[in-house]
Amino acid sequence: MAFNLYYYAAPATFYGLAGRLIPWFAWGSAVLAAIGLYIGFFVAPTDFQQGEAYRVIFIHVPAAWMGMFIYLVMAFWSAIGLAFKTRLSFMMARALAPTGAMFTFISLWTGALWGKPMWGTWWVWDARLTSTLILLFLYIGILALWAAIDDRNRGDKAGALLTLIGAVNVPIIYFSVQWWNTLHQGASIKPSGTSMDEIMLAGMLIMAAAAWFYAIAAALTRVRTIILERERHTDWVKRILEQ
Amino acid sequence: MYEPILSVTDLACARGERTLFRGINFQVQAGEILLVQGGNGQGKTSLLRLLTGLSTPLEGEIRWRGERIQDCRERYHAEMAYIGHVNGIKDDLTPMENLRMAAGLAGRRLDEARAEQTLGRLGLALCLDLPARVLSFGQRRRVALAGVLTAGALLWILDEPLTGLDVHGVALLESLLHEHTEQGGLVVMTTHQPLSLAGACIRPLRVGDTDVTPTSELTPQGQ
Amino acid sequence: MLRFTLTVIRRDLLLAARRRGDWITSQFFFVMVVSMFPLGIGADPNILRMIGPGVVWVAALLASLLSLSRLFADDHRDGSLEQMLLSPEPTVLLTLGKALAHWLIYGIPLLIITPVLGIQFALPGEAILILVVSLLIGTPILSLLGSVGAALTLGLRGGGVLLTLLILPLYVPALIFGASAVDATLAGTGAEAHLSLLAAFLVMCLLISPWVAAAALRVSVE
Repeated sequence: MAFNLYYYAAPATFYGLAGRLIPWFAWGSAVLAAIGLYIGFFVAPTDFQQGEAYRVIFIHVPAAWMGMFIYLVMAFWSAIGLAFKTRLSFMMARALAPTGAMFTFISLWTGALWGKPMWGTWWVWDARLTSTLILLFLYIGILALWAAIDDRNRGDKAGALLTLIGAVNVPIIYFSVQWWNTLHQGASIKPSGTSMDEIMLAGMLIMAAAAWFYAIAAALTRVRTIILERERHTDWVKRILEQ
Repeated sequence: MYEPILSVTDLACARGERTLFRGINFQVQAGEILLVQGGNGQGKTSLLRLLTGLSTPLEGEIRWRGERIQDCRERYHAEMAYIGHVNGIKDDLTPMENLRMAAGLAGRRLDEARAEQTLGRLGLALCLDLPARVLSFGQRRRVALAGVLTAGALLWILDEPLTGLDVHGVALLESLLHEHTEQGGLVVMTTHQPLSLAGACIRPLRVGDTDVTPTSELTPQGQ
Repeated sequence: MLRFTLTVIRRDLLLAARRRGDWITSQFFFVMVVSMFPLGIGADPNILRMIGPGVVWVAALLASLLSLSRLFADDHRDGSLEQMLLSPEPTVLLTLGKALAHWLIYGIPLLIITPVLGIQFALPGEAILILVVSLLIGTPILSLLGSVGAALTLGLRGGGVLLTLLILPLYVPALIFGASAVDATLAGTGAEAHLSLLAAFLVMCLLISPWVAAAALRVSVE
């Protein structure tokens, strides 16, 4: 019953596998998001401190998690790709980046929406906001590098190297921003530390799962396109295109 | 007894989307010149860059004295000299400084007297103190050739070495190639111009169409 | 092995000496960027003192990026980069040498100019000293991380802007530790902690950057 990893790592078989998985993840994401949003907007109680505005965290927090997590996954695939020269790894890294950038952007945007009623301003140079902003810059840098390199092989490897050096840097950036933040602002603004209602936590976890499913579905869809484009000269792709 | 020093098996090269060539096999032994032929864009330069180790092949392997070149990179590069389309010399340095830098970067000591002699032989005796910037294209090509000569390498990889050389330059290169092969050196080169290399051991290799095999005829070009 | 790195450094120093125009341009860029800030913000010494360290640091980042875009590009154009990659010596020593040479050529002069700029920004003597020390530790970081970006963007369209986009986020820790060291001095809380963090970041960059730059260079030249 050995699960043959190499079998599924071949783009031709992975293409088929991804095609079968995408509907499950896409629908899963839609259903979970519907449940999560229902809980978030109708079931969860109004926060006694923050009023209704806090409800944006049901989108904000999962988006922030995903933005960071997807970067780690990209770094993982980049390392695998560089170490084992597997084509699919680079394709996965490329497929994930736009989704990661989108989630990071959403988390910044919703963070601003949340910040306005809470802190009275759209943007504060808080450690978390700032490091998320820099994470977005890293995503943009990687996407720009890919866009600038025409040669596919070079683009794959260059992007992977940049992702990795970014990944090494992210914790340091986070630490340095926190360091800077305590120096300049003290602990003036921090999200309120009130313990979270159980139903709120449940809603957030469901939304996080929805974000996961969405990210997987989006990445798989994108990787399928990349596979088709890259392997368009091979027989199996020609057979698919003829159908 | 045939003992190839450089041997290539099933070499394939892709440039972006396109496979330039596939299934290239050849061997070069001491005292031989491999003359790579083919039209523009057929992959001659790419083949030479694969041989230098600057780029990695899609498939196949290149062996130097029986070892894959990526496994014996340091030894291989110590025995190899390459001239590409660009000369690899700095415009702000004089020919002599260029040779000195090249030797230093390759971890060699430059024999100044011999280097001066080499530059003199290549017709650069009057340009020793001029920055390469003011030299003509052909003269700069000669400086690059002087670099190859002073490197004392066994294998020369020359990409269109004749570009920019005048009649005397071509004749000079021909005699240099003769000397090098007579001393047991190897040459892999491309050229569009005719070279008269009577007496030298030349293997032609056609690069281009998908099935590339070395032709057995050993007819020197330009005869 | 170390001799190879030293040869690379000597070579770049010699080339920079032959082409002083590029070198001077970069220094003037630094001075001008810094001098624009008081014109845009106003001449209140208190404000200037507050923004001074950050302004000098940001200008140093930009000035280093300006010269970094040519770190490998000139050698790539005339083919000498290929020749250096074909040296029997390891590529990582080449990238290390190139980064260190960049620091000597473009980083060190910033340290010499900085005290003058510090006076312009009404910084007290002690703060100027710390600013120079922070740049002394920080500018090699800029050269080392920048060499990675220069190798990645070698030969690309709009390489200079792209380099900025890739590398500026990675410069953030250096900027923060460096500028905050001076702020701490101004606030009277001591700069040691900031400077040692900066030094730790430098050690890390020194250990990692040359390898990544070497890998990137091989990918880019291929």
